[in-house]
Amino acid sequence: MRVLTAIIAIAVGILILLGYFFTQAEVVQAVLLDWAIILAGTATLIGIFNLITVHADKIRRREKDGVYSAILIIGLVGAFFFGIVLKPQSSFLQSVLLEGIIIPVEASLMGLLAVSLLYAAVRLMRRRADMMSIIFILTAALIFLGSVTLPFGEMPLIGTLIRPWVSQIWAVGGARGILIGVGLGALMTGLRVLFGIDRPYGGK
Amino acid sequence: MIPLSALILAIFLLGVITIWKRRSPGTLRQIPAFTRLARTIGLSIEDGKRLHIALGHGGLFDARGGSALAGLALLRKIAERTSVSDMPSVATAGDPTLGLLTQDTLQAGYQAADVGEAYVHTMGRITGLTPFSYSAGTMHIPQNENVSTNILLGHLGPETALLVEASDRAGTTLIGATDDLAGQSILFAGSQEPLIGEELFAAGAYLNAEPAHLASLTVQDLFRWLIILALLAGSAAKFLGVF
Repeated sequence: MRVLTAIIAIAVGILILLGYFFTQAEVVQAVLLDWAIILAGTATLIGIFNLITVHADKIRRREKDGVYSAILIIGLVGAFFFGIVLKPQSSFLQSVLLEGIIIPVEASLMGLLAVSLLYAAVRLMRRRADMMSIIFILTAALIFLGSVTLPFGEMPLIGTLIRPWVSQIWAVGGARGILIGVGLGALMTGLRVLFGIDRPYGGK
Repeated sequence: MIPLSALILAIFLLGVITIWKRRSPGTLRQIPAFTRLARTIGLSIEDGKRLHIALGHGGLFDARGGSALAGLALLRKIAERTSVSDMPSVATAGDPTLGLLTQDTLQAGYQAADVGEAYVHTMGRITGLTPFSYSAGTMHIPQNENVSTNILLGHLGPETALLVEASDRAGTTLIGATDDLAGQSILFAGSQEPLIGEELFAAGAYLNAEPAHLASLTVQDLFRWLIILALLAGSAAKFLGVF
């Protein structure tokens, strides 16, 4: 059974890959991707079931912070119920769930993120006081100073010369280097999976 | 034509170098984060604490799938090694397909260690389906579930800062790598041993250096040199006015 799974996975992977290079394989690629989308939809349902199971377990065991799990399940069931009854495109649902709860909560988390980032930068020197950390902090400080809006306009030298030089030359060069590395890593990981060397679909 | 040629060359090199690595395996350069990771796995079993592996929210149907697959390769090794622990590892995912594979990979790791019956499906969890809901759903795990080490490996964006903060509050070790640039800068600042760029994809090789994993790292290096040479040649040609 495991061998059969591997054979199917490898064959499907190769067929989808061929679709990117040969027009004759595009039809097969489209059909396989359609199937994959249906499976992904089913996976979402299983994922929601998993989420409910984990949080129901926490409530049943009266674990610490179990009240949040209860709120999550109530919210999930409520959103599902109203989504089925009123249809997802209903203006009531859009205004209450999306604009009234989801967007403000995510915006609050984004605000919390800014504080967390600043705190992480401060802690960095305590955790690893090496040359790279010093360069990291100094660069971040320079970019902040160069980007800050002051009553008299941009900060001379830092805002007009140093910040653009650091962010448009050094940072872009470094980012491209990292992204090339990530791309190569993703390519080789993909090939390992394609040829069954790594099998994330189970098997001994 | 160039992408197809590059792909064929990569496959050819992977095959040839895998055979070569079987005869002479060679050694990997030291990456402190992986040394710490290997030590942490052993320590967590001794201390009776668990590992938390966050695989991010990279879906398998887009370009972020590579990092998710790299995370799964690491998860498999960790599951196999920590399956004997009293406190099993917990893995979280922010994408439904990745969540399914997380559970399957954990189960496969337990089966490979001949303790398949010890696997419980709630070890692999989907904690949210958007980046922030994933982070919010995962934040409580370091504090409430007796975790010694958080391993963040996969596609994680700026919301990683929330997980870094939660890990720091719980006083746990943090090892992290992501394919997202904003996430990488946060992990650089927040983790004890940062992993940069393609080091994310080397995790599997460092925990279990099989010939094919070592070969894939060598092919990566060869391609990197080819790209460097192409960039230098392009710059020189531009400078000389060839094009």
